[in-house]
Amino acid sequence: MSGALIEIEGAKSDESDEARAVYEHPLPVRLCHWLNSVALFVLIGSGLQIFRAFPSFGAKIPQKDLLHWPKSLAIGGWLGGALQWHLTFMWIYIATGLFYLGYQIFSGNYRQVLFLPRDIPGVWPMLKHYFFFGAKPAVKEAYNPLQKHAYTTVFALGVLSVLTGLAIWKPVQFSWLAWLMGGFHWARVWHFAIMWAILLFVFGHLVMVILHGWNNFASMLTGWKKDPEYDPR
Amino acid sequence: MDPQNGDASKVDSKSADGASGDAKLVDAKLVDQKNASPKVSERRFRQMNRRELLKLTPVIALGAFAIPALREPLLKQGLRFSDWASGKLFRSGQLAPTFADSAVTPFEKFPLNDYDVDDPGVIFENWTLSVSGEVQKPGEYSLSQIQALPRIRQNTRHICVEGWDVIGRFGGTRLSEFLKLIGADTTARFITVSCADDYYESLDMATALHPQTLLCYEMYDQPLTREHGAPLRLNIPTKIGYKQAKYLTELKVARVLDRVGYWEDQGYSWFYGL
Repeated sequence: MSGALIEIEGAKSDESDEARAVYEHPLPVRLCHWLNSVALFVLIGSGLQIFRAFPSFGAKIPQKDLLHWPKSLAIGGWLGGALQWHLTFMWIYIATGLFYLGYQIFSGNYRQVLFLPRDIPGVWPMLKHYFFFGAKPAVKEAYNPLQKHAYTTVFALGVLSVLTGLAIWKPVQFSWLAWLMGGFHWARVWHFAIMWAILLFVFGHLVMVILHGWNNFASMLTGWKKDPEYDPR
Repeated sequence: MDPQNGDASKVDSKSADGASGDAKLVDAKLVDQKNASPKVSERRFRQMNRRELLKLTPVIALGAFAIPALREPLLKQGLRFSDWASGKLFRSGQLAPTFADSAVTPFEKFPLNDYDVDDPGVIFENWTLSVSGEVQKPGEYSLSQIQALPRIRQNTRHICVEGWDVIGRFGGTRLSEFLKLIGADTTARFITVSCADDYYESLDMATALHPQTLLCYEMYDQPLTREHGAPLRLNIPTKIGYKQAKYLTELKVARVLDRVGYWEDQGYSWFYGL
């Protein structure tokens, strides 16, 4: 649900066509978004440095490397350093994730973002619009069905990244978790695969942010979106 | 045509109304808030934006990690917090998974990792484990004294901090049995060990007393080879590989840690419980 709607006087030269703004992103959501983004950036960078210590998912003997990730695109400089970054920022990542989840549930704000079965029919028109030059579906809410799908999925991926990470960090204390993933060895594979899935989201997300311009971007900083496409009244 | 063809009329009527059930919900809420503050000027709107932006300042705190002088202490605190959490998560009754003989990695594929040399040249005839610290019976202990204690064999996963893992077959005696033999004060918090290759490590008492923590003298039912830490090493399935020191020469029961561990001193985690 979008929050407050306000009207801005004199925002447009034509008084009759008054500008509006919607409080789209509550403070907890914005805080979590930015703290989590920084944490995600550090976790991926340091994770890739950790991966460099054994860039394989096979046996140690003989070792067949999957890929050689460049050191310049990693964080931490060496394995021990990268582990320090990883084991520090994972707490920020988990804390913001939990706080976000709690806030969404208790404020009811989840209705703005949670993808539900009733959003399914709206997915295809949106896809057609983005990828196949289809007509733009009417904008009725802050997030269109495809956005809800993306944000709901990436949250689920975030949860999975934590669970797979936990299985790697504590395969004995959480042996049931490691077992669910096919053992420690596979938990490492999943953890890596989920990182790429999240990166795929980040890529699409950034493309859309660029395409939608400053007003849209600024709303994640201030919460307010000027002249929303949809009419919440 | 699109897949919602079937209920196109329904969709149409909705868009004609301009409101689905949820949009009405929005309406009620918004009208209330609108009445509370009907119109604001452009200037006031900018003020509101600025105020909202300022509320994000906590994010800037993360910038502290970008300052070189602060980075190291902050990361050290992060690692410390993780170690504290690791200690809290450790449960004495939680056993590491064990595996069937058929799942064990062949001996020749069990990797060797040393910080220095494969073989520090231990002279077996003269070897003893020197015991000191908070114990009733300090002194030199021979391998046969250790081997006289109940023998345990286990197939457990050995995980390296680098990321690889193997399942090995380890044999030895429980460290807890040996601690009993030497009359260790188990209220002391730490065990420290020194090695023939000058490696050193330390353990928390809870892990030392864990039933799977072994003073290991056999791998794959054979006496330890020199490369794997003969004549005595630690096998701790609840810890990461570098905690499982090889070529042991000294064991001390300590109330205070005077030395932590070789890799820990380079910046790795101390507890690193799995």
